[in-house]
Amino acid sequence: MNTPKENPVSTTAAAPSGAPSKKDAPSSGSRLTEHLGDFKRLSFWAENAAPIGLLLLVIVFSFLSPIFFTTGNISAILMASSILVVLAIGQSFVITTGGIDLSIAATMTLGAVVFGLSWDAGHNFWLAVLLGIGASTLMGAASGFLISKGKVTDFIATLGTMGVATGLALILSNGRPITIRSDELLSLTTGKVWIVGLPFVIAATVAVLAWFVMFRTPFGMHIQAVGGSEEAAVANGVKAGRIRLAVYVISGALAGLAAILLIARVGAAEPAVNQAYLLNSIAAVVLGGVALAGGRAKIAGPVLGAILLMALTNGLTLMGVSQFYQPLAVGLVVVLAALLTRFQSR
Amino acid sequence: MTTTPAPAPADTDVLLSATGITKSFGGVHALRGAHLTMRRGEVTALIGDNGAGKSTLVRCLSGIHQPDGGEILLDGKKVHFASPLKAREHGIETVQQNLALVEDLTVWQNFFIGRELTKGVGPFSMLDRKKMKAQSLDMLGDLAVNIPPVTSRVRRLSGGQRQAVSIARAAGWSTSIVIMDEPTAALGVQETARVENVIKTLRDKGVTLLLISHNFDQVLRLSDHVAVMRRGLTVAERRATDTSGDELVALITGAKES
Repeated sequence: MNTPKENPVSTTAAAPSGAPSKKDAPSSGSRLTEHLGDFKRLSFWAENAAPIGLLLLVIVFSFLSPIFFTTGNISAILMASSILVVLAIGQSFVITTGGIDLSIAATMTLGAVVFGLSWDAGHNFWLAVLLGIGASTLMGAASGFLISKGKVTDFIATLGTMGVATGLALILSNGRPITIRSDELLSLTTGKVWIVGLPFVIAATVAVLAWFVMFRTPFGMHIQAVGGSEEAAVANGVKAGRIRLAVYVISGALAGLAAILLIARVGAAEPAVNQAYLLNSIAAVVLGGVALAGGRAKIAGPVLGAILLMALTNGLTLMGVSQFYQPLAVGLVVVLAALLTRFQSR
Repeated sequence: MTTTPAPAPADTDVLLSATGITKSFGGVHALRGAHLTMRRGEVTALIGDNGAGKSTLVRCLSGIHQPDGGEILLDGKKVHFASPLKAREHGIETVQQNLALVEDLTVWQNFFIGRELTKGVGPFSMLDRKKMKAQSLDMLGDLAVNIPPVTSRVRRLSGGQRQAVSIARAAGWSTSIVIMDEPTAALGVQETARVENVIKTLRDKGVTLLLISHNFDQVLRLSDHVAVMRRGLTVAERRATDTSGDELVALITGAKES
């Protein structure tokens, strides 16, 4: 057993005579090569695509633009990424079960419109928030029921609810944006904890809660089990249908929360189609190293993935790269990440 | 009746007895009045050709199927298993042929899926990971020679290790019977030997086992009691010490009526 992979430059090989003390030298040498091996394995890069990519991006853009690595800009990036972070966490729950939520952005739009209408109707701010998030949650539940009870595949079911939510948002708002002026919303946009804006504080709180639910509760374990092998999960007494319903409810509710953050950012509830958020939420999850096949849950990865995408857009803008190139850059990064996930050690 | 149950040794008592079990799927009569007797602390083997009804009978015992007729007595009391969960509540654990392991989860997670230990109350209850890891280690115990760490993902385990994990899980949770459906069917020679050792360890611990197998040598090596099925009926029961591979083959094929 004691034959380490000899590294020609390691200290082991430095012993010139033919009789190196076989016992002690290799143990430290092999541990060193093991660690070096970590970096040589493609799977290491694949597992950590999001943090490594983010680090690289920060270094490169810091060199290219003097503004990039300033507290003001970092704070702006985090602020801008808070919506996507919340959406990516919702998407991550769904993708862990092997599903996909194509309706997530449309559900957010619907939530925003319902909030806007309730606010316009003179309701209290918090009631409007509750109604907005409630509407999104219901939309998520609809997807969940279609999938768990109706046995419709995730792709088709959420394609359907995407259309329904988009349509409802347009019909309810009559296609017009609803401008919101509220003190609560203003304090949400301007409030800060140190350099971090309140929206990102909310997103980070959601991330911590999501991590706890996913990795420290039976429910989270069941989500991973259903995604890994529904058959085995059911054989062990997991109610797979309920789990599938639950992840879409979570995704819907988080889309509703994202809707509030979106309104705070834009200052209005717009029935506009926010398809970029859908693609970016999936992209963030893929960047975060979550396999679309399901079974392997990650929360920190998608969160970093979302921040990475926003940092990329931010950096390109600072460098004066035309907006037209930004989807291209995002697309390339995602494809690269997807290629890398093939090398994840499963 | 075509059968005469083999005489029971005086020192063992009957833990499970199924009589007159019938089960049809559409027009197919999979079981036509099968019976089975299992004694406490023994390994009972169930053998028969493909389509003889072994799997159907086992599925009736583990709650996957509900028999159309007949009765199952567990410890002298009549039982009815509406679902696999009900069978589990009665202490009957099954090692399924596909092992029912989630490859993306760790060994200890697989031990506890569906019956997690938690600490705290209500919305603050969280997984008691420490306790579950410790108990998994206990359950794996001395069962396997090369036991995998309980924190490794099942995906990384060999076929034999997976089998051992699945068996250890069933044995750990079982309070009455462990059913094993073809536990070595997909394994190589070495792995088969390892799994047989696991089964022997369980037998020596006094666990009551029901073993479905195609391998007569294995059946004779491991079991105390053999039930032979043919065309939906139990056609013979033998003490393993009183029979031979040749006789079992003859009973299975129908060349020899019991």
